Amino acid sequence: MQLALFIIFGALAVAGALNLLMQRHPINSALSLVVVMLSLAVLYWSLGAEFLAAAQVIVYSGAIMVFFVFVIMLLNAGKEERTTGSRAAYIAGIPGAAAIFCLLSFVFLTEGRSFGSTNLGGYLNHVTSNISELSAVLFTRLLLPFEVTSVLILVAILGAVVLARKER
Amino acid sequence: MHAQVPISAYLILAAVLFSIGVGAFLIKRNIITVFMSIELMLNAVNLTFVAFAHSWHQIGGQIFVFFVMVVAAAEAAVGLAIIIAIFRTRQTLNVDQIDLMKS
Repeated sequence: MQLALFIIFGALAVAGALNLLMQRHPINSALSLVVVMLSLAVLYWSLGAEFLAAAQVIVYSGAIMVFFVFVIMLLNAGKEERTTGSRAAYIAGIPGAAAIFCLLSFVFLTEGRSFGSTNLGGYLNHVTSNISELSAVLFTRLLLPFEVTSVLILVAILGAVVLARKER
Repeated sequence: MHAQVPISAYLILAAVLFSIGVGAFLIKRNIITVFMSIELMLNAVNLTFVAFAHSWHQIGGQIFVFFVMVVAAAEAAVGLAIIIAIFRTRQTLNVDQIDLMKS
């Protein structure tokens, strides 16, 4: 079950990410990024993070990506064109990304034995759910950072309104 | 029946997604797509956080992912507002033509 979920949705995530890279039109890239985020939500659920899976669907693919699609439609963004700068980025970008991938997977494979393996539904005992454990930490020990994030959201809203306002 | 997946498989999947995000960040010329590849990299890092939280039986990794999501939402709001402001003044979304600080 765990293996099947991992293979299906991991392949779906990688295919969506590659489609983001290949597509020329930004709306196609945005929709393939939605596919990546939804399959990552399934992977979170299989790792025992039910709250984060729901938050991933609601916040990322529900709010942030709708916002992206909204801005793409608002600005009427068309196909991107190839320039000389993009050719230089091809020469530097693909080997750089491959080097980062090789380094990361080398580290993960050499250290992989100490990480162990997963089992479906998480590691918690059956008395407490994932959400209650998360909220117990979040609302007691980490209450101050939690409240500071609300101030951060408020500042972000004000900044977005000020930046996107028409100048006169 | 209960086939188990090693944690390193999740970590390598996250590394694949992160590398694709880095490549898209460098290759893409549309500023909105560049911004979307940043979101892809954030998601890949979130997957490693959740995998390590599962591996070490700690809830702290999931709390970190929660805060990353909040900050990413704020960042997306401000970043897209900046993109709208840039488009209003320069009438383009190509990052090669937004070189105001170069000259």
